Amino acid sequence: MASGKEIKGKISSVQSTKKITRAMEMVAASKMRKAQDRMAASKPYATRIRQVVAHLANADLEYRHTYLQEREVKSVGYIVVTSDRGLCGGLNVNLLKKVVQGAREWQEQGAKVSYCLVGSKGISFFKSMGGDVQATVNGLGDTPHLEDLVGSIKVMLEAYESGEIDRLYIMYNEFVNTMTQQAKQIQLLPLEPGDDEELKRHWDYIYEPAPKELLDELLVRFIESQVYQGVVENNACEQAARMVAMKAASDNAGDIIRDLQLVYNKARQAAITQEISEIVGGAAAV
Amino acid sequence: MAMTVHCDIVSAEKQLFSGLVEMVVAAGVEGDLGVLPGHAPLLTRLKPGPVRVKLQNGEEEVFYVSGGFLEVQPKLVTVLADTAERAQDMDGAQAEQARQRAKEALEGKNSEMDYTRAAAVLAEASARLRTIEQIKKMAKR
Repeated sequence: MASGKEIKGKISSVQSTKKITRAMEMVAASKMRKAQDRMAASKPYATRIRQVVAHLANADLEYRHTYLQEREVKSVGYIVVTSDRGLCGGLNVNLLKKVVQGAREWQEQGAKVSYCLVGSKGISFFKSMGGDVQATVNGLGDTPHLEDLVGSIKVMLEAYESGEIDRLYIMYNEFVNTMTQQAKQIQLLPLEPGDDEELKRHWDYIYEPAPKELLDELLVRFIESQVYQGVVENNACEQAARMVAMKAASDNAGDIIRDLQLVYNKARQAAITQEISEIVGGAAAV
Repeated sequence: MAMTVHCDIVSAEKQLFSGLVEMVVAAGVEGDLGVLPGHAPLLTRLKPGPVRVKLQNGEEEVFYVSGGFLEVQPKLVTVLADTAERAQDMDGAQAEQARQRAKEALEGKNSEMDYTRAAAVLAEASARLRTIEQIKKMAKR
């Protein structure tokens, strides 16, 4: 049986671990609130521009933009949004599992798959797993800026325009609530028409200025806003997942401390009992 | 009751307005335009300037946008602004200062880079002032 001193040392080590996890939990909770605010703030723009683009995809445009043309799928691009840091439960693992699963399905159909990675966790995963990585960006911090994302988005858009990829998806974690985050896949290119029945007749916009430059700008803006929204939402998910994971860790540390305390008390009592019986035995012998 | 159309004004940071309006007046790149309910589908880029909406009760609200897009559907008008603010929150003195600075920079004309940037700042400051003037005009009425 372990001696009293050993157990005491173990208890204090678990206690200091608990202090750390408790602190991380509280930091994550306050960061989550801010991340959620950011997510809510940029959501209306992302939804509205999605709506506008859905209208656009339904229209009979005089100028067919490449982003609207459905092509035979020979290669697929994925934008994978992961967190920069770990200790957030199964958040990144679940997402990457889904990416690998999706990629395998495309490969079985004979399509090539390439990736654009946002976040260090995804980068290190694909470094060990291998895969055609076109662009990476990490170290976005707690307040992601669109400017940092634009470069890697451009790489994927250029690949689409030149025909290197025929379809572009984005994968990120959707924030359902604090306890639940879900890996979500959205098709970015080609644009999917909305299911508004009323718009499925022949019509076209009046453009000011010419359709080409207008659509070029609008559609790039749309993709950027969707990716940004994904990154911001993933950030909120990361903080929520970390908060939950750290809460579980603190609770577990509490359980371990209680069990160890029990073992320690038993060992102490056993030692005392033994000492008494030794004294009594010694006295009887005299 | 007059005909109305649903209007949404959103910027990258937040939603500024959502509701039924009788008319929307915005500054498109090829000139100001007014949109009434039942307008044909239209898509245009906006230049920095005011967006005015006429509410059902006859009141008007003015927003300032620094550029963006306007989409019109017969039953829906969407303003996707780069940045937008309520005109009431804007500071006239600040805009005037910015315009003065930009004008001085333009007259100085140090280099090509400075020139284009100053021109952009001047355009924005003028657009802000135009928005504020519109508000003042409305207040007098």
